[in-house]
Amino acid sequence: MLYTLLCYNSEDVVFSWSQEEDDAVMGRLSVIHERLHKEGKLGPSLRLLPTTAATTLRKDEPPLVVDGPFAETKEQLLGFYVIEVADLEEALGIARELAAANPGGAYEIRPVRLFLPGEKVG
Amino acid sequence: MSDLAWIDGALTSARPQAIGALLRYFRDLDTAEEAFQDACLRALKSWPQNGPPRDPAAWLILVGRNAGLDGVRRRSKQADLPPEDLISDLDDVEAPLAERLDGSHYRDDILRLLFICCHPELPATQQIALALRIVSGLSVKQIARAFLVGEAAMEQRITRAKARVAKAETPFETPGPADRSERLAAVAAMVYLIFNEGYSAGDGSARAQLCDEAIRLARLLLRLFQTEPEIMGLTALLLLQHARTPARFDADGAIVLLEDQDRELWNRRMIAEGLALIDKAMRHARPGAYQVQAAIAALHARAETPADTDWVQIDRLYATLERLQPSPVVTLNRSVAVSKVAGAAAALAMIEPLAGRLSGYFHFFGAKGAYLLQLGRNEEARVAFDEAIALAHTPAEADYIRTRLDRLIQDSAAAAAG
Repeated sequence: MLYTLLCYNSEDVVFSWSQEEDDAVMGRLSVIHERLHKEGKLGPSLRLLPTTAATTLRKDEPPLVVDGPFAETKEQLLGFYVIEVADLEEALGIARELAAANPGGAYEIRPVRLFLPGEKVG
Repeated sequence: MSDLAWIDGALTSARPQAIGALLRYFRDLDTAEEAFQDACLRALKSWPQNGPPRDPAAWLILVGRNAGLDGVRRRSKQADLPPEDLISDLDDVEAPLAERLDGSHYRDDILRLLFICCHPELPATQQIALALRIVSGLSVKQIARAFLVGEAAMEQRITRAKARVAKAETPFETPGPADRSERLAAVAAMVYLIFNEGYSAGDGSARAQLCDEAIRLARLLLRLFQTEPEIMGLTALLLLQHARTPARFDADGAIVLLEDQDRELWNRRMIAEGLALIDKAMRHARPGAYQVQAAIAALHARAETPADTDWVQIDRLYATLERLQPSPVVTLNRSVAVSKVAGAAAALAMIEPLAGRLSGYFHFFGAKGAYLLQLGRNEEARVAFDEAIALAHTPAEADYIRTRLDRLIQDSAAAAAG
């Protein structure tokens, strides 16, 4: 069985950490990451950049691009993609294509700051 | 992260919001600050026992307001308000307040608080000191150390600034859209000033930590105004500049020029965030001075080696900046790009008309000396470098020019010998 762990914390608090505090947390986490990776239990893992770096493409007709995260509580996170592109424009182009194929809701385009690749996939 | 560290972070990040709301309520900076301090003390007692509240800022505002009122009521011998231990369990009390905080009040409270600190009647140094005291909650001692002045002098500076603000007519009503964008620009400029205070210090001193604080405030502004391209630009600019800090000085504290910096040392996380933000800002097609500066910093960040730097594009961006925000310093900076694209002679011709206005500016003589040197006019270069040393603000600046002078003397000695 595959599980997803979604990490939540107060963004205000996390971005008030000093570099040393942040490094300390990441250091403690990386010990666990390494062990899980060795055990073959760790899949792709991401650390997202802050919500202020996010852009949202609402799947309206035509699609509407807005700044900020997608925060509509009536809809739930159903899955996610990881894409490697040159810039936001290219990412939005892909999101537009996906939106045309899958109407309703929105895609939040949020840059990633840490990427731990792993072998496990569904 | 221990509980206490989390609480400390939560108190710091809730501070602008809580002080802003308490200020709206009490309409007096000192009372708002005291009420917040009181709420923090109670939080340190209550949160480790009862767990942190769902919305720390809402809790602090509620408890701070009670504490402030408590003082007033005690003086008029009325009954005390319920203890805050009860409040933290009463989700119902917090919920409506937390909801309102998400709305416009919250934005306006913080904007008003920041705006009060950058009151146009206060000199820039007082604005920065007041903001660091009130908004960031740094102690007078910390601020004094950052500005290299005595604690008593800084205390006096802050008290004077507060008195001046109290006397001025502070508009407490919600600002209109035009007012708000004017305030936002003033506040952004103050955040930029705080950053520059730290950036010019450069080393790991107390002053350098002001860069982190400025970035924290810029992030706060960006969360409040998520669709303002200039705030995206400002935040991107600070992140991209600060990302280079680990490479800006060598082990002896000497300045390392951008083209000589070890790019491996640049902070990739900050660069990623800065690039994402400037990318987003450009989509709005509403250029502003911070965005253009961030775009220039982004071109440097994107170049894998100095040779990859897109100087033509940088020159174009500086031309845009000259139009948006004409200043001799901008032209001086542009001359560096011009020297790369069109050569030292063109760069020198560009800065010569600035001599009058930049006669007291270290970087003017540093750049002039460098261009003269490239053109083989060594004697004139030596004169310019001497002027630069006389105007240096930090020992590192003076040392950097001295190294160039030494090399010049050695080279001419070698040429004479050969």
